[in-house]
Amino acid sequence: MTEPGKSAMRWQRKDLLGIRELSAEEITFILDTADAFKEVGTREIKKVPALRGKTLVNFFVEPSTRTRTSFEIAAIRLSADVINISASTSSLTKGETLKDTAKILEANHADIIVLRHSSSGAPQFLAERLGSSIINAGDGAHEHPTQALLDLYTIRERKGAVAGLHVVIIGDILFSRVARSNIFGLLKLGARVTLVGPSTLVPREFEKLGVTVSHEIDEILPTADVVNLLRIQHERQRKEYFPGIGEYIRLFGLTKERAKLLKPDCLIMHPGPINRGVEIDSELADGPQSVILDQVTNGLAIRMAVLYLCGGIAT
Amino acid sequence: MSATVIRGGRIIDPANERDEIADLLIVDGRLAPLSQLSTLNSQPDEIDASNLIVSPGLIDLHVHLREPGFGWKETIESGARAAAAGGFTTIVCMPNTSPVADSPSTIAWIKDRAAKVACVNVLATGAISKGLMGEELAPIGSLRQAGVVAITDDGQCIQNNELMRRAVEYARMVGLPVFDHCQDYNLVGNGVVHEGYWSTLLGLPGWPSAGEEAIVMRNVLLAELCDHHIHCQHISAAGSVRILREARARGVKISGEVCPHHIALTDDAIQNFDTNCKMNPPLRTKEDVVALLGGIADGTLGFLASDHAPHAKFEKEVEFDAAPFGIVGLETELGLFLDLLVHKNKTIDLPRLIEMFTVNPARLLQIGAGTLSPGRTADVTVIDPELEWTFEASASPSLSRNTPFDGWKMKGRAVRTIVAGGTVWKL
Repeated sequence: MTEPGKSAMRWQRKDLLGIRELSAEEITFILDTADAFKEVGTREIKKVPALRGKTLVNFFVEPSTRTRTSFEIAAIRLSADVINISASTSSLTKGETLKDTAKILEANHADIIVLRHSSSGAPQFLAERLGSSIINAGDGAHEHPTQALLDLYTIRERKGAVAGLHVVIIGDILFSRVARSNIFGLLKLGARVTLVGPSTLVPREFEKLGVTVSHEIDEILPTADVVNLLRIQHERQRKEYFPGIGEYIRLFGLTKERAKLLKPDCLIMHPGPINRGVEIDSELADGPQSVILDQVTNGLAIRMAVLYLCGGIAT
Repeated sequence: MSATVIRGGRIIDPANERDEIADLLIVDGRLAPLSQLSTLNSQPDEIDASNLIVSPGLIDLHVHLREPGFGWKETIESGARAAAAGGFTTIVCMPNTSPVADSPSTIAWIKDRAAKVACVNVLATGAISKGLMGEELAPIGSLRQAGVVAITDDGQCIQNNELMRRAVEYARMVGLPVFDHCQDYNLVGNGVVHEGYWSTLLGLPGWPSAGEEAIVMRNVLLAELCDHHIHCQHISAAGSVRILREARARGVKISGEVCPHHIALTDDAIQNFDTNCKMNPPLRTKEDVVALLGGIADGTLGFLASDHAPHAKFEKEVEFDAAPFGIVGLETELGLFLDLLVHKNKTIDLPRLIEMFTVNPARLLQIGAGTLSPGRTADVTVIDPELEWTFEASASPSLSRNTPFDGWKMKGRAVRTIVAGGTVWKL
């Protein structure tokens, strides 16, 4: 591999809590570092010794399969020792506080803790109290920084640059940490962002973050360079947020008919898991404009880069 | 016979429209006319109050003392000592204890406990509904006989408008004011911070202003319908001030109170997920602060209170949305209000501030405190309105430390608290 982080910048953070606190330079530095790790993934032997002797704990208080797996594979490829803890196997179910559980992990010499948690701010809570490196794998509706980084990486890889692009994020924005992290990252790198969805899930208040809010998907799609579809999260929704799936599809679903409005080179992204036939037509998800599987592959490179950079600081 | 004379202070007694430099005489725990000085058979103790304010003992009509049931957060004894350190001689405790103060026996326990251990006067409120469940009325008449000064479901809010109507009608019969924590459960949902810019940015569930305003409006309608007083606790939203102003102008028996944190801080204070900035109702925006100040200035909001809500460190040191609401406030309340209302914003003058802490709550609660009239129990607070000081939570007599004001510099504070003629605290 090429030497990661060969640019002038020196990484200073032990934690990755969110995109909001990162500079454009730091984001670009992570993406550049991920380039080097992506190359590792193409080798026959996909493992490097960067984190040998380090212990990484995947601490997933909220269930997740794809993010946890991605972090686990990334850590293994960096030669870290990995253990996985979920809410149901931790003492949290016995009433132990997050602080106490985390202190136990630290006392067991966990160098890196990857935290997924249903409460916004939980990773910051740990980072303020532990010397371990804390990586946010999604906190409440707040941030999911590695998802945004892999999205930015995928856009940059396909489009050459992020600056100047029009990125349209469609769906449940209000409850989405993916949306927030993407908004922060895209704006920092110079993209224009439009949020589309029902007014109940895309409140006007978001415009104060520097984006445009629209409820007219057909007007927006022809100008998009990237559309990023978010999962309609039944599990988080109280039913009054929209009248039903049928109406959602009619007003906001990326149907085959609607996809004809897209520019031919417009990328279709989705952080998964996909509700096929709801936010996106099933064939479109597998179609030529879709980069959904690239996102997954790039997620590995991004997470290797993040673990490498932050894990290096924690020592 | 014991006597004390407080020399040379500026006596501000809004109940008697008195504001002058004079001596104040206390004989056997009661205020006495100065003419009695010559008849005393021994030399009185002297307290020098030159350059200080001599005020009727301050009343805080909204505190949580956590007993019975939550003695690790606060006790009646420790809460009373915090009150004394803040200049308060009378505090009104909320009924969300365990058991809930919804029965005469629990009220009797609180009164008994307070008589034994509290260094200031502790007045109890009773629940409006059994168990604060909002389903059936508590025995309001029996609570009255047991000695409560008001009924409230504070911490909870009765959602059933019909039940609330009957509670207000019934309270009118027994002569108790109704206090209400104004929160529409459907509108607020699981909200933990003001719904606005910061809730959007941080992905924290929002608590919209309309969730308070809707219930304030409901209370206006019921106060009118029942011709009885409803006191809206801890008002936080601009719209609530507007609704109260309009109703009061029409003579509706409705009032509102303000807590110091709602004018000292705004919702940007939560940006680092500090659970000591999590309270209910939440910190709101600059526009709301301006509206609250306007409401205080024109008398729409006639009451100041702390909503002193102690929680142990381990309870607050959790994920933001899991943390309990509330902060301690008895010791910082007077300093913050003096600093913000009198000194910085010049919203009101000192006599008005003292009025809001003395005669206003005394009249609402129908108690004899809140004045310096001769013959009354000698509850007196001596205040240095110019003293610059720094609050140190670690030195607090409260059992809890959950405050965003640790280390804050303020101008003005109580320097001596006198209950029934005896000094219970001094700087």
